[in-house]
Amino acid sequence: MIEAENLTRKFDDLLAVDNLSFHIDEGEVFGFLGPNGAGKTTTIRMLSCLISKTSGEARISGYDTSNESDSLKIRKIIGLLPENVGLYDELSAYKNLDFYGKMYDCSLNKRKENIEHFLKMLGLWDKRDMSAGNFSKGMKQKLAIARALIHDPEILFLDEPTANLDPESSKTVREFILELKNENKTIFINTHNLDEAQRICDKIGIFNKKLMAMGSPEDLERSVWSNKTIIKLKNVTTKILESLDNLSIGNFTSTDTDITIDVNDPEIENPLIVNTIVSAGGKIQYVNKLSPSLEDAYLKIVRGGNE
Amino acid sequence: MNLSKSWVITNKDFSIFMKKKRILYTLIILPLIFSILLPLSIRSLTTVTSANDLIALINAFSYFYIILVYIQSTTLASYSILGEKIEQSLEPLLATPTTESELLFGKTLASFIPAVAIIYANSLIFMILIDLFTTNTFGYLFYPNWTMVFILLVVVPLSSIFSIQLNVIISSRVNDVRTANQLGFLMFLPFMGLYIPLVTNSLSLNITNLTIISIIILLIDITLFYISKSTFSRDKILTMWK
Repeated sequence: MIEAENLTRKFDDLLAVDNLSFHIDEGEVFGFLGPNGAGKTTTIRMLSCLISKTSGEARISGYDTSNESDSLKIRKIIGLLPENVGLYDELSAYKNLDFYGKMYDCSLNKRKENIEHFLKMLGLWDKRDMSAGNFSKGMKQKLAIARALIHDPEILFLDEPTANLDPESSKTVREFILELKNENKTIFINTHNLDEAQRICDKIGIFNKKLMAMGSPEDLERSVWSNKTIIKLKNVTTKILESLDNLSIGNFTSTDTDITIDVNDPEIENPLIVNTIVSAGGKIQYVNKLSPSLEDAYLKIVRGGNE
Repeated sequence: MNLSKSWVITNKDFSIFMKKKRILYTLIILPLIFSILLPLSIRSLTTVTSANDLIALINAFSYFYIILVYIQSTTLASYSILGEKIEQSLEPLLATPTTESELLFGKTLASFIPAVAIIYANSLIFMILIDLFTTNTFGYLFYPNWTMVFILLVVVPLSSIFSIQLNVIISSRVNDVRTANQLGFLMFLPFMGLYIPLVTNSLSLNITNLTIISIIILLIDITLFYISKSTFSRDKILTMWK
């Protein structure tokens, strides 16, 4: 559905996107994670035929983004939510959507139907005649999402859809994206909100000028470390640490009350560790599995790439 | 080129103009004041000025519509093009299945049609009042005449296009409407300057001189068209417009 092969964009001497290659299938929600200035917006703009590439290839539903006649076809089947909502403040919510419906060649009936459908879905129907300029930030963002959907696009590009939104509006937008996912829309989301990516994306690409890792959120989490066991003690003594040193297990770190140990096979190693600590006089309060988060994976990959 | 797409853009801009009071004041009040005040000043001079001087003065005033349409077009174009840039609404607009020519044509029409229409309506008021105040002095109706026809049908549209094309180029470089207006007026200064020799009767506003002025503006329009067309590309708007 969305393919990139060595996609590269330079701005004079500045390399914004470097040999980006990936493939996103129909109905997938793809999260494009990266720090500010990583080149995420440039990538979305190239994929939505807004700016040209320096080299490489990109195809949307089989259409070549660099071919002029294909680019018009691509724009018909995609919906774009840019980083800045860019609504017409003087026009009402309804007129904003109606204008875009016309720009996408939607018939009058389809425009009426879709405007009502999306404004109701996003809780803006009662405010349809209010000027967009009087909307709150969250309402504007929702209206801009409705604008991106006005022509029933197959593919959606969302650039930071929940940036600067309060938690409640973020939740509404997130739930709306999940509804779109259920409608089998292919969604490409630029974000640096890791929690959001984890909740809604099937696949995540970690990107900082170049693609540094790609996989499901679970795959990326597992790539940080396999397993860690954290043991909480009343206090950690030298004797306990010496006993663990003599045990052929993975690396461990400790504080006054905690020991965190890398384990390969928790089922075999954890009972052995617990026995060793108890034998050394340790008073265990609890034993827990420490799971890596997407944030751990992201930071490790991005920092690793910067080093 | 799909003209209906351009017309959708033009109509959207009209709706926005109608909501902006400053535009409405500039568009309606300013020309109306001049179209009434200039004939009134002629009326006050009919008894103290010779017929030849009076004709020179009326012609000079009619030249004012060339300047006025430029001012109106500059105001409208700066809101239409620069306004979209300032409100960051160009990106979603550029993401629609529309060609750059359709967008640019739509934007051009949005500034051209109201500016020229307002000038035509006001020049009608001007001509009627002039005829009303000077018929006794001249012994004939001064308007309509070929000079005014030439001004309205040739020079006024060319002057409007000059302003709009220039605004596209200026919009790529500036970020506020006032600066855009000032830069736009600055570029038209040589043509505004012609007003002085016309008022002092050292330059006559005949068809020959108007043709020369038109050819110069036409050549500028053609040059600006090519520059603005290359400036108004998706890639440049999103990556180079500062």
